[in-house]
Amino acid sequence: MLLEVDVEKRYSGFHTRAEFSLSSERCGVFGPSGSGKSTLMHLLAGLTDPDRGHIRLNDKTLFDSSRNINLPPQKRRIGVVFQHAHLFPHMNVRKNLSYGLKRRSSGANDIDPQQLIEVLQLTNMLERRVSKLSGGERQRVALGRTILASPDLILMDEPLTGLDAELKYKIIPHLQRVFSEFSIPVLFISHDLQEMRVMTDNVLVMQDGTIKRHLSTEALARSGSVSGRRYMNLLTLESPTDLGDLMRYRWGEVELMLVKTHDTGSGQFCLNASDILLFKQHPQAASARNMLSCTIRSTYQTDWLVGVELDCRGNTLIAEIVPQSIEELDIRPGNEIIAVIKASAFKRMY
Amino acid sequence: MLAVNDFSAIRLSLQVAACATIISLPFGYAVAYLLVFGRMRGKVLLEGVVNLPLVLPPVVIGYLLLLLFGKHSPLGSLLVRYGIEVIFTLKAAVIASTVVGFPLLVRSVRIGMENVDRRYMQASRTLGAGWWDTLFSVTIPLTYKATLAGMTLMFARSLGEFGATIILAGNIPGVTQTIPLAIYQYTSVPGGDAMALSLCLVSIGLSFGVLMISEAVNRSIPRR
Repeated sequence: MLLEVDVEKRYSGFHTRAEFSLSSERCGVFGPSGSGKSTLMHLLAGLTDPDRGHIRLNDKTLFDSSRNINLPPQKRRIGVVFQHAHLFPHMNVRKNLSYGLKRRSSGANDIDPQQLIEVLQLTNMLERRVSKLSGGERQRVALGRTILASPDLILMDEPLTGLDAELKYKIIPHLQRVFSEFSIPVLFISHDLQEMRVMTDNVLVMQDGTIKRHLSTEALARSGSVSGRRYMNLLTLESPTDLGDLMRYRWGEVELMLVKTHDTGSGQFCLNASDILLFKQHPQAASARNMLSCTIRSTYQTDWLVGVELDCRGNTLIAEIVPQSIEELDIRPGNEIIAVIKASAFKRMY
Repeated sequence: MLAVNDFSAIRLSLQVAACATIISLPFGYAVAYLLVFGRMRGKVLLEGVVNLPLVLPPVVIGYLLLLLFGKHSPLGSLLVRYGIEVIFTLKAAVIASTVVGFPLLVRSVRIGMENVDRRYMQASRTLGAGWWDTLFSVTIPLTYKATLAGMTLMFARSLGEFGATIILAGNIPGVTQTIPLAIYQYTSVPGGDAMALSLCLVSIGLSFGVLMISEAVNRSIPRR
């Protein structure tokens, strides 16, 4: 996918100017509310006309003010998943899903509706009225509806905002599965850094109506200044073993001990970078349950702390410590260090 | 208790109300759409013009229509050239009812439309539907109830239209005499009270029937 954009739109009191070129299949638009993200989405989808500029998607010109080209939304082949789903209330789930399917242009990449319905686990709710769906189910139907229209690009406008945390992370695996299985490029719009990190590889950072930066999602997460919060390590933990009060999980080649919770299955967990203690030598005994020997890969400066990138037998872990500790612990790339993590420091995402 | 002329008055009333409502529907819907979703200048003016018949005395509307369609007016003489007579015909009764009932239809549809989130339409467009496709598959179904309510109001208003009709269409039994005009005639002749009363009962029955049918249709549409 190649998306080239250079557009400008002036409202009374608000000015949006976006210039970028994207080739990533999983890209995000990140910024606080009111930064112009939604305006950008409307401009791309053709729901709002830019004042000037051009939009090109895979060599197809969607808008060009100098050549008087302005394709209507239905000709742009850009799907949108809205924040509040906006399923058609006068149709049941099946009719909503087939709305775009019936209207897709010939030559569109063929997606098997049955397969998609199974991947999104919608089989049991096809005849239901949309008013009877939960927030999460609604978003899944909205996503299915958009995908079945076979767009060349899907814009997701804060699709997880408004869902509670548990639901939100229940949907993410569906999203990931769908996008990898049907290989549709997605532009994911959000103001939530964690969502961004699980959904995208790189991001456009928007602020005051303009694109400020274009960087990898990981780099954005490490910069710290954007979220104002500490870095979160995201870990995929597998093969759980019940040890009574504790659970043992596999994290790649490493074994981790976690405090037991209601959900004992494998899944995605997060770990705050400042919850990791670093020791120069192996502490003989400690209350913390996890002591991992790591190699230091690199260090970087965040706003107040220093981020230390660690290699734990192939896994990457980021710890954040105060600058004074760097010298005391002799933290340099290549040195060995012990990372100590409490069993209660891990939080399940989904 | 009903005379032959009374039956023709009932038939004419229904005919005029049905014609006026059906003719107004596409235009009323279009005007409501413009008022709600249009991004043009002069919206306030359009709104004022549409609502004017609601506040003007029907007699004034009738007189203005008479001036507009009179044989000496530009429009009237043009119509005459094509052999179309308006004044004192059934067409005049339909026109009078259309003008008087139109704002009621527009108001109703408009209120319904204002409650439709325009993002449903945007969603439909991004799913590959063109403007007309979206209108018929999303906008109209979502404003169905309001449109029905507007049609009911307009139909009922047309059944009772008197002031504009008597001026533009006259009171010719069997040609332009609708129920209200027939009642008016009965009350102005001695001994017509009983006949007037029976037509009044018919009028009540018709109006009640319209409301009942509209309510029944309304209920048969699944709630969202």
